[in-house]
Amino acid sequence: MKPQLSLMLVSAALFLTTPAFAADITGAGATFPYPVYAKWADAYKKSTGIRLNYQSIGSGGGIKQIKAKTVDFGASDKPLTVEELEKNGLTQFPTVIGGVVPVINIDGLKEGQLKLTGAVLADIFLGKIKQWNDPAIAGLNNDINLPASNIAVVHRADGSGTTFLFTDYLSKVSPEWKEKIGADASVAWPIGTGGKGNEGVANFVKQIKNSIGYVEAAYVKQNKMRYVQLQNRDGAFVTPVEDSFRAAAVNTQWDKNTGFYEILTHKPGQESWPITGATFVLMHQTQDNPGQALEVLKFFEWAYAHGDGMALELDYIPLPDNIVKLIEDSWRTRIKSKSGQAIYSAQ
Amino acid sequence: MISIYTRRRIINAINLTGSVLAMVFGLFWLFWILLTLFDKGMGGISLTIFTQMPPSPGDSGGLLNAIAGSLVMVTLATLIGTPVGIMAGTYLAEFGQRGWLAPATRFVNDILLSAPSIVIGLFVYTVYVAKVGHFSGWAGALALSLIVIPVVVRTTEDMLRLVPNSLREAAIALGAPQWKVITLVTWRASKVGIMTGILLAVARISGETAPLLFTALNNQFWNDDMSRPMANLPVVIFQFAMSPYEYWQELAWAGALLITLSVLGLNIAARIFLRKRDF
Amino acid sequence: MRHHFLLAVITKISLARFQSGAAKTMSTAHSVAQLKRQQLFDRVFRQATWFFTVIVFLLLAALIGSLLIGSWPAIQAFGFDFLFSTQWNPVTEKFGALVPITGTLITSLIALSIGIPVSFGIALFLTELSPPWLRRPLGTAIELLAGIPSIIYGMWGLFVFAPFFAKHIQPAIQSTLGEVAGIGFLFEGAVMGIGMLTAGIILAIMVIPFIASVMRDVFEVVPPLLKESAYALGATTWEVIWRVVLPYTKSGVVGGIMLGFGRALGETMAVTFVIGNAHQLHASLFMPGNSIASALANEFTEADGDLYTAALIELGLILFLITFVVLACSKILLLQLKKREGAVA
Repeated sequence: MKPQLSLMLVSAALFLTTPAFAADITGAGATFPYPVYAKWADAYKKSTGIRLNYQSIGSGGGIKQIKAKTVDFGASDKPLTVEELEKNGLTQFPTVIGGVVPVINIDGLKEGQLKLTGAVLADIFLGKIKQWNDPAIAGLNNDINLPASNIAVVHRADGSGTTFLFTDYLSKVSPEWKEKIGADASVAWPIGTGGKGNEGVANFVKQIKNSIGYVEAAYVKQNKMRYVQLQNRDGAFVTPVEDSFRAAAVNTQWDKNTGFYEILTHKPGQESWPITGATFVLMHQTQDNPGQALEVLKFFEWAYAHGDGMALELDYIPLPDNIVKLIEDSWRTRIKSKSGQAIYSAQ
Repeated sequence: MISIYTRRRIINAINLTGSVLAMVFGLFWLFWILLTLFDKGMGGISLTIFTQMPPSPGDSGGLLNAIAGSLVMVTLATLIGTPVGIMAGTYLAEFGQRGWLAPATRFVNDILLSAPSIVIGLFVYTVYVAKVGHFSGWAGALALSLIVIPVVVRTTEDMLRLVPNSLREAAIALGAPQWKVITLVTWRASKVGIMTGILLAVARISGETAPLLFTALNNQFWNDDMSRPMANLPVVIFQFAMSPYEYWQELAWAGALLITLSVLGLNIAARIFLRKRDF
Repeated sequence: MRHHFLLAVITKISLARFQSGAAKTMSTAHSVAQLKRQQLFDRVFRQATWFFTVIVFLLLAALIGSLLIGSWPAIQAFGFDFLFSTQWNPVTEKFGALVPITGTLITSLIALSIGIPVSFGIALFLTELSPPWLRRPLGTAIELLAGIPSIIYGMWGLFVFAPFFAKHIQPAIQSTLGEVAGIGFLFEGAVMGIGMLTAGIILAIMVIPFIASVMRDVFEVVPPLLKESAYALGATTWEVIWRVVLPYTKSGVVGGIMLGFGRALGETMAVTFVIGNAHQLHASLFMPGNSIASALANEFTEADGDLYTAALIELGLILFLITFVVLACSKILLLQLKKREGAVA
């Protein structure tokens, strides 16, 4: 055993003695933006040499970690309210936008053929509408032939920002949903089967005939799933595409004084996709280590300026420029060192 | 009426057939899973897996940092957990006849055998990560070693108890002091069994995701500093497998195949090594 | 074979002592000093094992203690109702553990009821039936089942096994066992491939290597003399195993089963992927359920309320409690076995 043992020790020792790289940034939180942050981080490292390590441990995890100060920034799909932010001395800003899309598996139906309203969607997930040929659904879809079979509902098994956006939307459009179920990262589902992760839900919907589920937009595209058209607040039926997600963001009055607290579901606008959401970054208002905080801000400044193309490639919607401007303004006023000096002062 | 003799033979035949079928049943699953792994993972296996860092979406790459990180943390965890586990197991089997410590330890140890691994990660998070203020490879290794310890303690004690007392008595009668009896006779007699325990533990920790998520976190980049977040295969596999991108999913299966093959290799190597030393 | 080797070691020890004794003149002072030294070594060794045991005990006790502290808010808020409530609502922060507790027990019991007989068969095959040259490779193959990381069981279960199960096995079960009065309700409902039964089966595959390898190891140390005596009396292979080997090794066998049971109770990733994670009680094994470990894994990362987190941690604590009860039962079982043995003899 001896030679092997010493070999192991030597290799272990090698790992332990190399000095730390100073400008490494660590962030953790929401799963939804993980691919795009990874992409940005990779490109950022190539252009600046600075390594930003982002890990998806869930939005709840991200909030907990930034509170515990184990990371330089946290990330969450569910924004914190102003009270929560102030209580914990935090500030937040959005980074990218995405959408949640109901997907179905009915023989003979193509992408975007089925039309649903928010209220009908809520009734399906409440278990009140049990069959696909229910008058409530058929009435919206006179042109297609719906099967007389039971609806199999698929939802997320794990807690998720996707579920938060979906249930937040249902709460806004259905008083009954709001009262009985409510909105959260995981809720007490009245019916249905749980799939683990977006991938799990996508998998079940593809497998189970006459099913309906909901996934992030990127999964619809990558898995070639059959999405539905949803009626938005203005009464128009929209398809889940880039423009309709962006429209929801544009038609929102962002306010830096409320910590950009905006959930982009059920927003006005003819083109707005009703289940849209932004993902947020959380940082402390008072920074023990201003240098490190500045690196985080510089990263996101760079990402806002150079990352739009990469985001679109991965099916994320970058923020409109006027909002970016607001965000960068907020950094100047809200993120300070211990002595009260603004950390971010570029431009 | 069948004679008792025939009945006994029939029962024997039925049960032994059952035994063969059980073996086939066990192997069937192994082959099915391995087949799936090869089918989905082989495409991703190439030299770049060992030489390149994990790709960001849209690029190609490997799993270099995750492989290195897993190797280091699993090795460290085994190096910490095994001696502690063997010594404690020895105490339980050889010295623990009197006093409260042995039964109490046996008790908590058995309970922890079934601890969901996320609970162990949580514990290390609370007592170490939250106190130090950052995720680190050390915390990951520590969490893994906490999974190793109960398994090794249990198997060591069980195996030592199976050593016939006559062997110990023979050695003592020859005038060997107790420490020599234990190290040279009982440990050696139960070597294979203890090794099985260690291998089971290593196999288990090399695929653990949950305890690493809140301790070692993970790292997108190369990191050779144990006091910083450290990449590891299970978390990377999990993140990639659940992603929408096919090339990430393929890499996840390749990583899964890699872990399984390493554990297999380790198993076989350890057996051959032990057999050689026997004679 | 192993015993020959040990005898050789013992002879070596005694020879060495004899030679050293012969080479030097045996002065009493010398041997007293040596005796003292050996006694010191003994004490040091003993203290060392004691020391490590204390470390293990403290670490593990601290772990349980930290769970208790972490779950305190939930214990205060819900009290004993937590154990009997089926409600699990993160929105209203009302939590009860009955669904995950039942799910954990049911899936583990399914796993054991498949796993124990199969493992016993495998151990029997490996020790008594297999040609010697096949023993090692087959044994390693079974152990390899334990070497497959649990996340891979989960991925395989979700992407490969569940669809297959839903398409071929579940309809078959429904049309056979499902028609039997009395147990038919166990197999009702839509076939989706996931659910309690799927989780139980995958757990069974995962515990088999644990139980089988421990059984094989303990079967192998049964003194050949015992088995040969039974064979000489005309016993069949099965009778030797059932009447001689099994009674001789029962505490080891129960230990192995406990090891497997422990693994089944606490298994996280594999179950998480296939159990469906629904906080509802169903009689049918085809329906989705939840287990303690998978509820923890699925929801902990997203839980942001303090009470929510505490409730999840309390689930972990309850799992420890379940393990404790199971262990206590197995201890009592062993004692009973011993007693009965005494009565017969």
